Amino acid sequence: MKLNEEEQAMLAGDDGAPRRWAMQHMLQVGRFFDAGDFVEVTQAHIMADTESLGEAGVAFLEHMAASPSGEARVRIPMITDPRGIDFCHYKRLRQTDLMASLEQRAIDAFESMGILMTNTCINYQTIMPPLRGEHLAFGDTGVVIYCNSVLGAYSNFEGGPSALAAGLTGRTPRYGLHLDKNRRATKRYSVTHQPRTLSDWGALGGIIGGRAGSYWEVPVIEGIVRQPGSDDMKHMGAAMASYGSVPLFHMIGVTPEAPTLEAVCIGNELEFETVGEKDFANFFARFGGKGDKLDVVVFSAPQLSILEMQSLALLLDGKQVHPHTSLLAVTSPVVAADARRMGISERIESSGALVLEGMCFYQSYAREMGEANGWKRLMSNSAKLVNIIGGYGYQPTLSSMEDCVASAIAGEII
Amino acid sequence: MESFELHCHVGVGPEVSGEALVAEDNFSARYDLDRIKGIFSRPQHKLAGQSYVDKILVFNTAKGGVASAWMLHEMVSRKLAPRAILFNRVNPILAQGGAHADMALCDRFEEGDVTRLIQTGDRVSVNPALGLVSVVRG
Repeated sequence: MKLNEEEQAMLAGDDGAPRRWAMQHMLQVGRFFDAGDFVEVTQAHIMADTESLGEAGVAFLEHMAASPSGEARVRIPMITDPRGIDFCHYKRLRQTDLMASLEQRAIDAFESMGILMTNTCINYQTIMPPLRGEHLAFGDTGVVIYCNSVLGAYSNFEGGPSALAAGLTGRTPRYGLHLDKNRRATKRYSVTHQPRTLSDWGALGGIIGGRAGSYWEVPVIEGIVRQPGSDDMKHMGAAMASYGSVPLFHMIGVTPEAPTLEAVCIGNELEFETVGEKDFANFFARFGGKGDKLDVVVFSAPQLSILEMQSLALLLDGKQVHPHTSLLAVTSPVVAADARRMGISERIESSGALVLEGMCFYQSYAREMGEANGWKRLMSNSAKLVNIIGGYGYQPTLSSMEDCVASAIAGEII
Repeated sequence: MESFELHCHVGVGPEVSGEALVAEDNFSARYDLDRIKGIFSRPQHKLAGQSYVDKILVFNTAKGGVASAWMLHEMVSRKLAPRAILFNRVNPILAQGGAHADMALCDRFEEGDVTRLIQTGDRVSVNPALGLVSVVRG
């Protein structure tokens, strides 16, 4: 890879050990993907929950943070993905003091590096949405696919170590979606059944993600009749990234790089596949569970927007969650503060539900929480969450927010 | 006994050898593993219930989220990790994770679909720096 003087100095250790580590790490990744050089990035977003980090990862961060005289201070604005603990509620969730302690150590390390603890996977709705053409080093696949697709920004999936390396140096290897040639559509999908609920949008993302099936495929979607909103795109993108590791999609007439089909591919060079009513039905049928006793309903992955929080409050007003069922609503610290100020959280919690902030269910020791609370049958309107959570020992069911709430009240899946 | 060599793109991580565990499936440390027990835990995964510890894993591609980049490092620290992972085509997360964990990881095989070229039980040596994988069968 071609390095400029500043990059050569960082690699030589002139700016301290953390930036030397960062350059060495990014050179390995850059060579793996045949990057010619580095591209400067304006923001970094790091996913680093302590279940993923473990003791070894936290010790790595602490070692980095202990470097002398600001050597580990990030050089560009850098923010965090959801944490694994909500310190106000971890005991109620039967998470352990050891988990909380590990979490606090990670937070201390991040803060000493100048990283802002935003604790969110909806930063594009709540913190600082990037502009079209802005190069970024973002973690959390849902964040990346939304910013690439809906906002026209440029980011690869950056795992925690690579996001940290980008934060320390202000750059990332130029490969993948930093190159225009890799942003052209490679798969074409015609939607003949219109998504209605957020779970429908998630299902659409899951169907297309599953069919595309690779980081290196770029779906272009046509046939959407109703103007989607930000939460619709959020659920669709998160699911597409989850089921297919897809980092970018185009939607004709909706996303900025695709005003027309011709803008993202040459005329009819791509045969189209149909996504219809039967595909949606088959997708939901994969999860099943109707009539089963319901242990926990989770609204998370991605964190809820203020509009989703309001929708949930409206559905729960005057109702009580069944005593054998838990209902968790997980949102960002920014949205949580607004929801408290507007009385929305109080309305949700009056039903017996719990509002959690700054965490995400599957990033929060989901296996241990499930075992400690006896949670097995889980219901959610998040297509992403139900895709992930099976590996943690849960039996997931996907349905609309309305059906999830009705089931939580009934104590069984209706 | 049969032996042959496969050529791939230059990878990351050290030179290692071990027994292959192959699936025409995809991989995520978050989605598919019980990292405490060292087994595949996702019921739908083709290797569900099998141990991945010290194996040379062979998959089609990576799936899902970014957590695997930290998780490979965490698994290596507890010595409950595969020795290498080979893919047809990998996403950035697993490549970044391999680099951070110093775990051998390669993809893009010249000879074709690596999940068909290598069989479970094969004795495999991986040289990421050269992009060379040696296979002994039988």
